Amino acid sequence: MITWPNFVSQLFNGLALGALLALISSGLTIIYGTLGVLNLAHGAMFMLGGYAGYAAYQATGSYLVAVLAGTLFMLVVGVVMERVIIRHFYARPLEDQLLVTFGLAICIVEVVRLAFSSQSMSVPPPSLLTGITSLGFMLYPTYRLAVVGIVAVALLALFLVLYRTRLGMIVRAGIEDSVMVDSLGINVDRVFMTVFGIGAMAAGFAGIVNAPIVSLTPEVGEAILVQAFVVIVIGGVGSFPGAVVGGLIAGEIISLTSMVNPAYAYVMLFAAMTLVLMLRPRGLLGTRGRE
Amino acid sequence: MGRRNHDSRVNPTRRELLGAGLGVAGALALPAGLVRQAFAADHPPIGPWPASASGDSVFIGIAVPRTGTYAVQGEDELKGWQLAVEHINAGNPLIRQISPRTKKGVLGKEVKYGVADSAAKPNDAVQAEQRFITQNKAVLMTGSTSSAVAVALNKLAQREKVLYVTGISGSNDTTGKDCVRYGFRQCFYGQTAAAAIGPVVVKAYGKNRKAAYLTPDYTYGHTVTKSMQDYLSTAGWTTVTNQVAPLGAPDYSSYLLNVANSGADVLINVNWGHDAVLSIQQAQRFGILDKMKLVVPYQVPFLAREVGGGLLTDVYAATGFWWTLQDKYPLAKMFVDAFEAKYGYKPEWGANNAYMSFALWAEAVENAGTFYPPDVIKSFEAGRKVQSTVGEVYFRKEDHQLVRPVVVVRGKKPAEMKNKEDFYDVVEILPGLPLMQKPDAFGCNLGDYA
Repeated sequence: MITWPNFVSQLFNGLALGALLALISSGLTIIYGTLGVLNLAHGAMFMLGGYAGYAAYQATGSYLVAVLAGTLFMLVVGVVMERVIIRHFYARPLEDQLLVTFGLAICIVEVVRLAFSSQSMSVPPPSLLTGITSLGFMLYPTYRLAVVGIVAVALLALFLVLYRTRLGMIVRAGIEDSVMVDSLGINVDRVFMTVFGIGAMAAGFAGIVNAPIVSLTPEVGEAILVQAFVVIVIGGVGSFPGAVVGGLIAGEIISLTSMVNPAYAYVMLFAAMTLVLMLRPRGLLGTRGRE
Repeated sequence: MGRRNHDSRVNPTRRELLGAGLGVAGALALPAGLVRQAFAADHPPIGPWPASASGDSVFIGIAVPRTGTYAVQGEDELKGWQLAVEHINAGNPLIRQISPRTKKGVLGKEVKYGVADSAAKPNDAVQAEQRFITQNKAVLMTGSTSSAVAVALNKLAQREKVLYVTGISGSNDTTGKDCVRYGFRQCFYGQTAAAAIGPVVVKAYGKNRKAAYLTPDYTYGHTVTKSMQDYLSTAGWTTVTNQVAPLGAPDYSSYLLNVANSGADVLINVNWGHDAVLSIQQAQRFGILDKMKLVVPYQVPFLAREVGGGLLTDVYAATGFWWTLQDKYPLAKMFVDAFEAKYGYKPEWGANNAYMSFALWAEAVENAGTFYPPDVIKSFEAGRKVQSTVGEVYFRKEDHQLVRPVVVVRGKKPAEMKNKEDFYDVVEILPGLPLMQKPDAFGCNLGDYA
């Protein structure tokens, strides 16, 4: 359905969709960039964040409490996961890292299924942000509009941490050359723990913010994980700005393709990834990094 | 990710192993000709038969989605099958109303089963069933909740010569172009759903309306959408947009914007399982349900519970069963009471469909007097009228489709609900045969018995 109003609507929707994808992917890319671990449990952490928020919402009825409690919970989960399991795999082969994070993902999904069943759960948006807003050219759910702003603030906060703090400097240095960071006597161990915690927190935060848009099921992270991988491959694995750019590109591809032929929306996403891999294997903003 | 197998009933205990070992040793000690005679009479072996029917028990392989988009519906189906097995083995009065020859078990043999998670994926389902056939000598297979799985298991059934009763499957292909001699379907064609709900929708919303479709991208979605379009075009309805989305799409916003900008009067949502839940909730948030009427051609179990907020108020759907039918059909009441006593909630049509599929199989085997697959198939094909939870039903021999009533329901306003599970009014109960196309209309060719 190619009409001018529909094109503008889809262009805007692509931005909103892309913002959320950018936030989800940023946690994944920071963890890989710093720790060199491709975290296949990232989707499950996104889902777990959503459920933590749901539980907090059920207990308090407050969206704000849900977001805060869920985010903090995921920070703790991330730190514990890193200390108990992930850190033992830094020196192990890549396939071991993939297997352990894949296994963790299965465990997290099934524990949530045991606790909450497969039936979908809903977290309503805060009352201020319910309803529909007219943008002149289209009607758009108010909460989705707000999410664009919320994500922008969250990404800015991540940017400030990564580019304006000592921790961020070490993380970025670690992405460029982790051996050199090690030999400069920096406590990489603690940095790694913090980074994994921040990555998990970003995934959890995205999961809660996303909860009122989708209905929660234990599988909600699976499809998102696949999309997040596409995003970081397009943007450049390990690159924070790459995740943001990749997210926005992915959102626009899904939205604009669906205007022409909805059946090809997700196919085009993979076609774009393939094209990037052929023309620029490190992604649009990728650096050589740990390799 | 998130897959699991749960077939604890399959793993033999040490005692069972010893018992089985003794049995095998005993059988080996007998003259081979005698064993063959006792099991096979004058029939040559076919597939896992006669081994599949040689012990004190027979085995059913169940491949059902316990994870993924259709997990909720799969779990509900599984409960229906489990209740049926319990009833068959105990000779419960409800089973004996459906299958009067049943005493305990099937032909006196206890029914056992194994369960595998198919995640609604054809490959997973076929692998699981192949394992049940090879390792457990399955005498019957069931499963689906996705017509893509049903079609794949149809093919496996015909190849391995093991009977297959479908679970939930609404595609026209299941007993249409992909029908097989070894497959039987209890729930109706998408075409039948369209023929049932079409007149109700036209009566409610008028002629010459514009419809937008949300269609899942596989055999079920394509065939149901086509059937609805075909029927509604006879009343002057046009399709202004058809949004085809992959199974398990994480977000419907871009599809819904196309719908919002299409100028449609009615949104016909063919999506199923969690896809239906998500797309309806998001349609409401995009303001679409304020402007358009919603129709769900093939009802989704648990949809009303999951979408919440009264979003299904006045929404029409075609279904195989709704629990308030207990006021009309005594067997429905027996079923609802037994199910609720065991599981603590009112059964939806998936569980009912599952229960009935095993009950009808037991009836067919008892009447055949043997598990020999071609004879059981002929028993199914005999066209006997059988009592069910929705009155009298029978299998059409040309396409192995059950001829059964179709129930049209309409969502209640939350204020009118008499209890927390009173989601629908039954609007019509339509006899099945007048709604059905000719058996060969979709190119069914059943294939061989042996």
